[in-house]
Amino acid sequence: MTALTYLTGGLSLGSVYAIIALGYTMVYGIAKMLNFAHGDVIMIGGYVVFCTFTYMNLPVWLGLLLGMVVCTVLGIVIEKLAYKPLRGTSSLAVLITAIGVSYFLQNAALLVFGSAPKVFTSMFAKANNIELADGKLILTPETIFTILICVLIMIGLQVFITKTKMGKAMRAVSEDNDAARLMGINVNQAISTTFAIGSALAAVAGVLLCSSYPTLMPTTGAMPGIKAFTAAVFGGIGSIPGAMVGGLILGIIEILSRAYISTELSDAIVFGVLIVVLLVKPTGLLGRKITEKV
Amino acid sequence: MNTLMKMTKSNMNQYKRSALWSYGITIAGFVIVSIMVSAGLISNSLQGQLVPICAYISLAVSLNLVVGISGELSLGHAGFMAIGAFSGVIAATLFQSLPFLWVKLVIAILVGGLFAGVAGVIIGVPVLRLRGDYLAIVTLAFGEIIRNVLNVIYVGLDEKGLQVSTSMDGIHLSEQGSMILNGPMGATGVTKLSTFFAGFLLVMFTLFVVLNLINSKHGRAIMAMRDNRIAAESVGLSATNFKMTAFVTGAILAGMAGALFALNYSTVAPVKFNFNTSIFILVFVVLGGIGNITGSIISAAVLTILPEALRQFSDYRMLTYAIVLIIVMLATNNPQLKALTAAASKQFKAKFSRTRVYKRPQKADEEMGGTK
Repeated sequence: MTALTYLTGGLSLGSVYAIIALGYTMVYGIAKMLNFAHGDVIMIGGYVVFCTFTYMNLPVWLGLLLGMVVCTVLGIVIEKLAYKPLRGTSSLAVLITAIGVSYFLQNAALLVFGSAPKVFTSMFAKANNIELADGKLILTPETIFTILICVLIMIGLQVFITKTKMGKAMRAVSEDNDAARLMGINVNQAISTTFAIGSALAAVAGVLLCSSYPTLMPTTGAMPGIKAFTAAVFGGIGSIPGAMVGGLILGIIEILSRAYISTELSDAIVFGVLIVVLLVKPTGLLGRKITEKV
Repeated sequence: MNTLMKMTKSNMNQYKRSALWSYGITIAGFVIVSIMVSAGLISNSLQGQLVPICAYISLAVSLNLVVGISGELSLGHAGFMAIGAFSGVIAATLFQSLPFLWVKLVIAILVGGLFAGVAGVIIGVPVLRLRGDYLAIVTLAFGEIIRNVLNVIYVGLDEKGLQVSTSMDGIHLSEQGSMILNGPMGATGVTKLSTFFAGFLLVMFTLFVVLNLINSKHGRAIMAMRDNRIAAESVGLSATNFKMTAFVTGAILAGMAGALFALNYSTVAPVKFNFNTSIFILVFVVLGGIGNITGSIISAAVLTILPEALRQFSDYRMLTYAIVLIIVMLATNNPQLKALTAAASKQFKAKFSRTRVYKRPQKADEEMGGTK
């Protein structure tokens, strides 16, 4: 393996983190809450797509679509049942509720699918690896598709946020909830849409993650969830370009330190870099500065 | 001025009363459980939980000092617990030739607290410069780093002394030597030193430290900082100093609890102290009531027993736990539900008592979360 191959591997893992981080950062931006259950929505997405492949023999695109639909519905239901009743209360209460939801999803998956890891057949099992530059750069189909899908999502989301009416409404709500309400924006609808988009992206991330790392367990989503959350903070939580940049950088650091420094310490290095960045820029790379008023 | 004096006085009484409650519940709990143990009323599996319960109570109370009193959300409390646990185990092995069990236990707990305190200072300096969610994520990061580093630490002991390395090959022990820490396997072959009585004493010590700190000049400064940092700084209180006091005290107490916890098992692996454990402790604090020490004691005890008590649901145990957690959070925090319960308890109080109810100012209550 060469440095170039590791770098593309890092880009691919970083793309997955970026897609998950988008879910965290959008929800944080609009609802001002840390949605700890997001990582587990990824896991549910992975299981749904796994079922469509193994039990229903559906084509790839249909399976992915079904996974996205299930996760979208799940995201909206979670928001309505668990988070909406607590809107406007202490953020710690919402955090603990999110953790409760996370436990719930993990244990529900444990009951339905069991604790034994499922082997996820990659969506691209039939495609071959591509070798470039005399074998110095080996691209797996997973790597190529992950990066491509991530770029597509980034562009799509940026267009949606800046050009559409709903996107504008979402930005307005994240800027100032009350003022947006006074302007006649349906705040509840905007928040629901955010959760729906974040959860649909989580399904995509789940499939991409399981294609590259093909074991699926009820706890599969937990660690990538925490890392992606770190990525969101790294880039400045609440900022969409920040989540993308943060995710990519984090993925590259992780793969490179795994390859060149130490496998066991790769997580520690990732978190160490996060700490250093936050000390230099206390609101993340692209985060907005908070001015304090008395 | 007069009303201010009166309010301060009622505050003092409030603290004294809640401190008495905390000590009282702990002592009563210890006495009742001890009697039940000697009468054979407690199952074996529950008896095995007694020391962990004491450790978790100490952890919850110390985290409450950081989250509730100081108002900084910490997601890495298990990291300090881990440092205390492993340094405590090493100390217990180093001093294994000492005569009495309890001497070794006390040394191990003190060493655990010391090392966790040093880590608290090292981590606190950068962490306390940050605010809100950024502070929370950095404590999470530190917790994960500690666990990761413990995964690659190997410690062996022979007659020449301690050997520390980052791999198994780096340690060359003589024939009498033995390994204390085995990287991801953790500490193996630990001599069990912890007893329920020691756990009880540690809880009492934790309560003594935390309640006295809260009720001191320092504690009031820490709470002033939590309620309004800018206002507190403008009257000349140093934010970093006071936040540091709370953070490091919390870390030391967590380390001591960690040592007690580890010396209750024959093997302890670093994975035991992951992010989930930090969250587990945070759940105690939030469910017991942020800033409410008595609440932390009760919820830590109840929630450690709960999964045990839910055995009959077997597979549905953790699912039930999750549902209970969500429902309790909704019931205690949703404005409509809260108004409902408040009205009911007001009626109840009006009927049965004539004492005045002391209430925190609403605004301070809202700002306590720290993750604004």
